[in-house]
Amino acid sequence: MGRPAMALKGDRLPGEDMFQRKLNRAPSPVLATIVPWLSIALLSLAPLSPIIASAPVLPPLAFMLLIAWRLFRPGMLPLWAGAPLGFVDDLFSGQPIGSAVLLWSITMIALEALDNWQRWRSFWQDWAVAIVLIAIYLALAHMIAVMAGTIWYPSLLLPQLLISVLSFPLFTRLVAILDVLRRARIKVLG
Amino acid sequence: MASAERRPGFSKRAHISIFTSYVVATGGIVLGVVLLLVSLFSPGSFAFARNAASDAARPVGEVSAVARNGSRSIIDVITGYIEAGSKNARLQEELRLARAKLAEAEAIQDENRRLKQLLSLREKEIRPVASARLIGSSPSSTRRFALIGAGASDGVVVGQPVRSATGLVGRVLETGRRTARVLLITDGQSIVPVRRIKGNVAGFAQGQADGTLIVRLIEMGINPLEKGDLLVTSGSGGLYRPNVPVAIVENVTRDGAVARIISDPAATDFVMVEPVWQPMTELQPVDGETPP
Repeated sequence: MGRPAMALKGDRLPGEDMFQRKLNRAPSPVLATIVPWLSIALLSLAPLSPIIASAPVLPPLAFMLLIAWRLFRPGMLPLWAGAPLGFVDDLFSGQPIGSAVLLWSITMIALEALDNWQRWRSFWQDWAVAIVLIAIYLALAHMIAVMAGTIWYPSLLLPQLLISVLSFPLFTRLVAILDVLRRARIKVLG
Repeated sequence: MASAERRPGFSKRAHISIFTSYVVATGGIVLGVVLLLVSLFSPGSFAFARNAASDAARPVGEVSAVARNGSRSIIDVITGYIEAGSKNARLQEELRLARAKLAEAEAIQDENRRLKQLLSLREKEIRPVASARLIGSSPSSTRRFALIGAGASDGVVVGQPVRSATGLVGRVLETGRRTARVLLITDGQSIVPVRRIKGNVAGFAQGQADGTLIVRLIEMGINPLEKGDLLVTSGSGGLYRPNVPVAIVENVTRDGAVARIISDPAATDFVMVEPVWQPMTELQPVDGETPP
């Protein structure tokens, strides 16, 4: 992933030297790997947020961040990342355990297939892909919840879907911010 | 935007690594299906994992519960100033009515006590098992659960009803050490036996996951419910003790009603966990024998 360490002088992106080694500061490989995982797992804790909802209104935040990372920084998360991250989400989301393990794994493989099929994409296409994925995810998650005991009520998902669709661009911004954090220079000892 | 492993060329190692990642990812799908089947057919099997996770994340929920209550009171203060005048007039009118009702209620209570003495029954007062904050809910799932900050070490046991100061909230489904998962009455799996507070109209209220309940009456025929009727627990079948407010009828349907819950969990900071109510524990002999 990414550019070779010894980039040619004319081959630089603006602001790229923000992320290069300088004196005793260098980007940390640990940080570079852990930030996508940690950010998604942290958003899985959203059920403990101040919002106590009497209806499902909050978008599936962790799932949306997973899609955003995968769409905008492909190769950061391995193909199998859906299963462990989905398990963390299942522990808190209230869905039966296994629901997100299954759906997130399928999502990761679907996005990989999409990458192989589609050579390039723009922001709008990424957004459209995210809308389709979120809609399918919410519908399937509701079906799983119905199997676990709730009643079939698909129109309940519409407000949640609308909020998710409108807020997805924020997640692309969030990924951009986290990506800067991911490659930040931190102090090197020794 | 292509991933790094897009065109591995002739490197055998790269080919194998792509193949392995597909195998592992497919393994993730299989694992998901297996976990899902297990948790659908025996819903309690992963309770230990969920409870351990909730216990570990409890401080996050406690902090945000405090934040929620703080922010709500600020909004309340502001709206309070705006509505002060009209509210004052309305409250005085309500107070006048309430005083009259109170006198009436005292008389009835007195009579009730006398009649119970005649029947030689004595009521046992209900002491809550624990009181706790609501520290979480399931905001994106169509299941309706909440998490409270009291668990097995506070004496909370599976099945105990949970209520707030205003009405019924749900019942305990799983207990961790310091947290417990509550099935809210708005979840589709929750069925509460209810009755209308005036007249003897009994029925069941099932959750709809959107903050309302579907009320189905036991007796078929003309639907006596009206908009604005207050529904309370009937106590039949045990578990929920009688006369806890549950919901207010919003729309009358052909064979029942859609009712909005009274105790909205979003407006609740503290909830009480009450002991499981069994009809026989409430009625004790008057001569001082301790019940078994």
